[in-house]
This record gives sequence, structure tokens and C-alpha cells, in this order.
Amino acid sequence: MANFYTDNPDLKHHLSHPLMQKIVELKERNFSDAEKFDYAPRNFEDAMDNYDKVLEIVGDLCGGLIAENAEGVDHQGASCANGRAIYADGTVANLDACRKAGLMGMAMPRRFGGLNFPITPYIMAADIVSRADTGFENLWGLQDCAETIYEFADEDQKARFIPRVCEGETMSMDLTEPDAGSDLQSVMLKATQDEDGTWRLNGVKRFITNGDSDIHLVLARSEEGTKDGRGLSMFIYDKRDGGVNVRRIENKMGIKGSPTCELVYKNAKAELCGNRRLGLIKYVMALMNGARLGIAAQSVGVSELAYREALAYAKDRKQFGKAIIEFPAVAEIISVMKAKLDASRALLYECSRFVDMYKIYEDIAKERSLTADERADMKHYSKLADALTPMAKGLGSEYCNQNAYDCIQVHGGSGFMKDYACERLYRDARITSIYEGTTQLQVVAAIRHVTTGTYKALIDSYAAQDVKPELQGLKDNLVSMTEKYEKAVDAVTAVNEPAYTDFMARRMVEMAGSIVMGYLLLSDAQRNNTFVKSATVYNKLAQAEVNKHSAFIANFTPDQLEYYKA
Amino acid sequence: MSLNIIVLAKQVPDTRNVGKDAMKEDGTINRAALPAIFNPEDLNALEQALRIKDENPGSKVTLLTMGLPRASEIIREAIFRGADAGIVLTDRCLGGADTLATSYSLAQAVKKFGNYDIILGGRQAIDGDTAQVGPQIAEKLGIPQVTYAEEILGIKDGKVTVRRRLEHGVETVVSPLPCVVTVNGSAAECRPRNARRLMKYKYAVSPSEKAKLSEDDQAFVDARPYLNIEEWSAAYVEADPEQIGLAGSPTKVKAIENVVFTAKESRCLENNDEQIEELIKELITNHTIG
Repeated sequence: MANFYTDNPDLKHHLSHPLMQKIVELKERNFSDAEKFDYAPRNFEDAMDNYDKVLEIVGDLCGGLIAENAEGVDHQGASCANGRAIYADGTVANLDACRKAGLMGMAMPRRFGGLNFPITPYIMAADIVSRADTGFENLWGLQDCAETIYEFADEDQKARFIPRVCEGETMSMDLTEPDAGSDLQSVMLKATQDEDGTWRLNGVKRFITNGDSDIHLVLARSEEGTKDGRGLSMFIYDKRDGGVNVRRIENKMGIKGSPTCELVYKNAKAELCGNRRLGLIKYVMALMNGARLGIAAQSVGVSELAYREALAYAKDRKQFGKAIIEFPAVAEIISVMKAKLDASRALLYECSRFVDMYKIYEDIAKERSLTADERADMKHYSKLADALTPMAKGLGSEYCNQNAYDCIQVHGGSGFMKDYACERLYRDARITSIYEGTTQLQVVAAIRHVTTGTYKALIDSYAAQDVKPELQGLKDNLVSMTEKYEKAVDAVTAVNEPAYTDFMARRMVEMAGSIVMGYLLLSDAQRNNTFVKSATVYNKLAQAEVNKHSAFIANFTPDQLEYYKA
Repeated sequence: MSLNIIVLAKQVPDTRNVGKDAMKEDGTINRAALPAIFNPEDLNALEQALRIKDENPGSKVTLLTMGLPRASEIIREAIFRGADAGIVLTDRCLGGADTLATSYSLAQAVKKFGNYDIILGGRQAIDGDTAQVGPQIAEKLGIPQVTYAEEILGIKDGKVTVRRRLEHGVETVVSPLPCVVTVNGSAAECRPRNARRLMKYKYAVSPSEKAKLSEDDQAFVDARPYLNIEEWSAAYVEADPEQIGLAGSPTKVKAIENVVFTAKESRCLENNDEQIEELIKELITNHTIG
């Protein structure tokens, strides 16, 4: 039986990144929990050993039970009866195993029953789970919502709800409505108060992943007469109270094990989470950032599966008297798949480390005031996390889709049949570039870091690091790509026309992304020789991408925008 | 009702993943070349024990294993999955035991353990495939035995109800406690290791392992009684030296034959229905297929 953690040494490489020492020491407050909890680590090495061993449990479960169930779950799918969503049999078994393995509430503090893991090893578990069953990653990964309760709910709510999540109750985030998808400001679900102050929810939500969960976070309009985001608040709905039914579940292209529900709220009792009016503008933004990182991890997991399926098939399949991997055209596809996989994974964990850094500081700030240095550090990492999250989600999900496409291509005619896993992963991959904000919306979130220079500053910090002589050539290429990127950004900003910047936004974000991922793979190769191959292949790909976009921008004049209007 | 449950387990070479070095020249197992694992059917037995514990809060599951000192590895594994404690019965003089000597030694350990309600074990170990040790222990303890168990259906009023998987069907039996139940591989798979338990118990050690730790680490273990895995010797379980190890083992291996599978004869057929049908008939007649 395979272990999806130990069979993939790349994961341990990312887990043992130098920044982890600082993350772990801050997260564990110099290991003070060891006195209070018998499962808390004693020191940095002990904590790292815990992550390693727990990820081994995740890998074992994923390589065995969850991967074995994936096909059955895809065929059976979730269903809906009597107002409830019903999981496929394999999903029920998977959830039961995850609960018994204690893999719920991984990032929650120990005082609420969690494992107190930093985001990075938690995201690594998501990466592994997604490789086994992409749809199941949603159900398991929605434990992330507990983070929002931890950050914004009151102490009493935290004490009541978070331990339940750590025990294995599932969550959902009820945001989307028929007329409020990407535009959440239009949410209509009504929240009103009884005379005794009890909140009641009435209305309909649509496309809710795991919508029949135990504990829901609900975005609702609490301020009558308002029309924008400032009239929305966040509520916690507890399924034990009743009042929300599943009207139907969607018949989807992929991730069929994850029920996507239409929910009807009839006078459902709920509790306000945090302050009124901050639902969308503060809490959902935080929730979405966590969810986007989760989708970035999910994308990398699918990419990994796509690469492995393609590689195995290409070694096995013989044509013209030899394995098809011997043919340069096939070998190139597979090398590029691996390079995209490695690039998106490097970006994922760079991003997760940045998220760890600022979130831990935010958490410490609840206990004591931060020093000036710490505050500066927090601000620095918060900005970087904000810049890299949409990039990791946007570009990672696009690479995931490209890898799924190429996986089928390597399989040829067999890939078009339902006999191989590649067909399932192709369908599963498709949603990653759509939900939690489409790639187009990730570009909207990322573009200000192009125009304000966050990406450039990050790239400069990478460029300031020395590399081994044999890697200098790759670095020189990245330096010249950066020059082209700057030139393109200058050309676009010089036009000083928002519509023009919007039109060029994706091109500029992709250029920045290519350079960032190029540097990250360079630093991986610096630490570990096994990455030299991907660093080189990706460098070539990134160069071509940057040149393409740079030529497009250089050859374009603002008046030509007219031709692109539908 | 809380129960005292013993699970018998064995650390075995992983004979399911054999490479070319799996056998020595003389046909015996090359243990060094094979990873040591938790005998698979003992894991099925552990799961049944943990389910009894789930149903009967306050119950205690203790793993008992006989083997080399490193068998404490499977004790830790069992504790990560939910067992409460473990005992390694280990002694040089116990080595070379056949099933008779093994069951005697383990029965002595069970007697030393004392107050128990039920003993569970796997049907057989993958290194010997004898399925004799469990039943022999029951005989030596003078208690009933239920073999080929697939599921413990419940424990009530001092009786256990067990569903057995037999060759041509299932049989449900009731046995008074205490008794020995040996569990089939067709029973439910063992639950996974639990993250919290793993972090809590990963430093659990037997005395012989503790002796190799630094002073600081020894103090750490000493301060936490739950991190101590017991190690019992033959003398401690008051085993008769004549009945243990090689001395207590009447089984003698007379010879080992290497079976090498080779294709003895091949036949070429014409690609037509007639010849294929003829061959199928022949294979059915000589019982190769069908």
C-alpha cells in the first residue's frame, strides 16, 4: 500500500524549509504548552518530528483507504433525500477514518482540542488528501472555517464550536446565492432579530459545498434597507437547532463526492459571529484567503496525481516497440508537467509560510503587545501573503488544469475512456480555477501588487541571494526576465488608464508569477539537487512566457482595446 | 461494564513484499532482508478489541507479544491506534520456540497478568501460517476458544457473541468469558494511528530501549509512567525452562524444499475456434480450470 507522504520526498523538502524554525518557535511560544498538554512538543526538533509523523498518518490513510475509495465515490456521488445531503459510502468511511486518526482541527489551538499545527503542515496534508480524492479534500478541508470562528467569534462561541470541529464535525461556508456569486455584496439572505434578541435566518443559498454540514458560517443581510457589503454580517448556524434544509444538490462535472447544495433557511436560529456589518468586508475576506490557499493546495494535489498517472502510463505503454516515454514529444510533456507541479508547489509553501508568519503574530498580539520589530515583521509577511495567495490559487489552479489536460494527452485514446484515473482527475481539476474566486478574480486581487511593487520587491529579495556557480545561468535568465517585466509594467502604467491596466493585468500577473516561481525553484535547487531539473525546465518555460507577454504588451496600442469589446 | 482485554500480537517479517533475498540458501526466512511489521490479522484482532472498548467504556486493552526486544515497536503501533498498554515477553531462552513452546510461554504470561476477561489474537501469523498458538493458549488456560471470528457482535452478562467466517458460510456462537477469540483477516480493518496519541506516546520505551537513551531523556520517561512499556522475562512469568524455547519445542524441521515454478510444456495452437475449444475441454477434464 502506498504512502502518499513518504513516497514523495518533495514534501519533506518543503516541510524542512529554513523559515520553519522561526514559524514553529513563534507558534509554540517557546514550547510552553509542553507543561500543560501531554502531546505538545518539547522543542523545535520534537515539533518537526510530530509534523513528519502525523503527515505519515495522512499519507498512509490517503495512499490506502481514501485513494482506493476515490473511484467508487466518483461513481456513486453524493445524493439528496428528505432535505438532507447523503455522502457516498466511501466518503462516509473516509470521514470516519479521518476522525479516528484525529486529523480534524489540525491548526486549532490545543486548549480547544486541536493539534496546534502551523498552516504549512496543515496545507501539506491538504495537498496529500487532494491527490487521493480531490472532492474529499473539500469536506476535510472545510475544517479551515474553524479558523474564522477562532479569529472573530467570542470566547463562549469558540469554546462551544471549535472542540466539536476538532472532534470531527464538518463545516460549510454559506456565502453564494442565486444572484450573488462573485458579487457577494448582493447577498439577500435575511437576518432578523426576535424580541428576545435571537437571530433568525430566512432565504436561499446556492452552490454551497458540503451545505448539510454540522456547523455553518452564513453571510446574511442583517441591516434592513442596505444594498451593499456594509449591511452584511456573519452568523453561525448549528445544525442541531434545525431550520435549514437541502432542497437539491447539483449534478456536477467533477468532485462528485462533495455535495454542492441549495439550502432553504426557514426561520433558522443563528448566532452573530463578531460584529454586525463586518461580515463581508472583514470576515469573509479572511475566510476567503484561507479557502484560496486551500484550493491552491488542492490544485497542487491534483497536479501531483496527474503527473504520476501520466508518468506511469508513459513508462508502461509500448508503441513502435518501445515505451512511449522514450519518444521526445512525450518525455517533454512529462518534464513540463513536473516543472509546473514543482513550481506551483514551491509557490504554495512559500505562501503558506508567509501566512503562518503573520497569523502567528496576530495571535500573539492577542496575548501581549508586539515589539516594534515584530509589528514590522507581521506587516511585511501579511502583505506578502496577500500578494502570493491569489497568485498561488490563480496560477496553481491553471497549471493543475494544464497538467490534467496533458495527463489525458499522454494516455491517448485510453485517456478519453472512463477506464483510467486521468478521466476523473480531468473533471475534478476543472473547478479549481473557478471556485473561491475565478482566475480572473485572482488577477483582480493580485494586480495591485504589480502596480504597487510588492512582487518586484519580493523578486529583488530573491535576486539578492547568491547561488551556486552551476545555477548562475538560471539566475541570469531570471534577472533579464525581471527587466522585461518591469518594462512591461512601466509601459502599461504609463498609459494611466484603468481599463487598459485591467486588460493587461493577467499578462503582468503571469509574468510576475513566472519569475517568482522561477526563483523559488532556483532556491529549491540550491538546497536540494533533485530540483535542478525542474528549475531548468521551468526556467525555459518562464522565459518563453515572459517573452510572449512582453511582446504582446510592447506591440499593443491602447486604441486597439476597441477590438476586444464584445 | 469495563473489561480487561488482552490482544496477542506478533512482529513478523513482511512476507507479502518479498524480494529476491527473502530466503536464505537453506530455505529459511532471511529476517534481515524483510521489514518487520505488525502481523496483519493481529491488527484485525486489535480493532475488535478497540470496538469492545468503545462499547464498554473504562475497558483496558493490553497488547501482549513475545519476541525480540524490538517487538516494542508493535506495542507503540498498537498504542497509537488506541491500545492502553503493552507487554513484551522477551528472553534469550525463549528463542527457537515452536507453537507448543510459544503457547506455553504466552499462557504463562497471561497467568501472570491475571485478571482478564477476554483474549483476542489474529487467526495466524504470516511467517508460520500455523494458526495453532491461539487455540493452544486456550487449552493451556482451560478456557473456551472461538476461532475464525469475523466480528464480535457484543458482550453481555459474561458472554460474548461472535460471528465466525467458515468455508461455506457464517456461524454465530456464544461463549462464556473468559475465552480466547482468534480473528480472521476478513474482519474489519484496524483503525488508523491517531495523531494525538502518536504525539503523546511516541517516546514510549521498554527498559532495554530506555537504557540506551541520554540521561535527560531517561528522566523525561521516568516522569511519565505512561511512557514505560513493560518487558517480562521467562523467569518473571515462572516458565519451566524445559518447556520453553528450543528445549520445549518437539517440532523439528526435517527438510525444506525450494519450489521453483517453471513452464514445463508449451503447445502451439492454430488461431481457430476448433483448436481452442479442444484445449478448453481438455483443461476442464483434467481439472486445471472449472
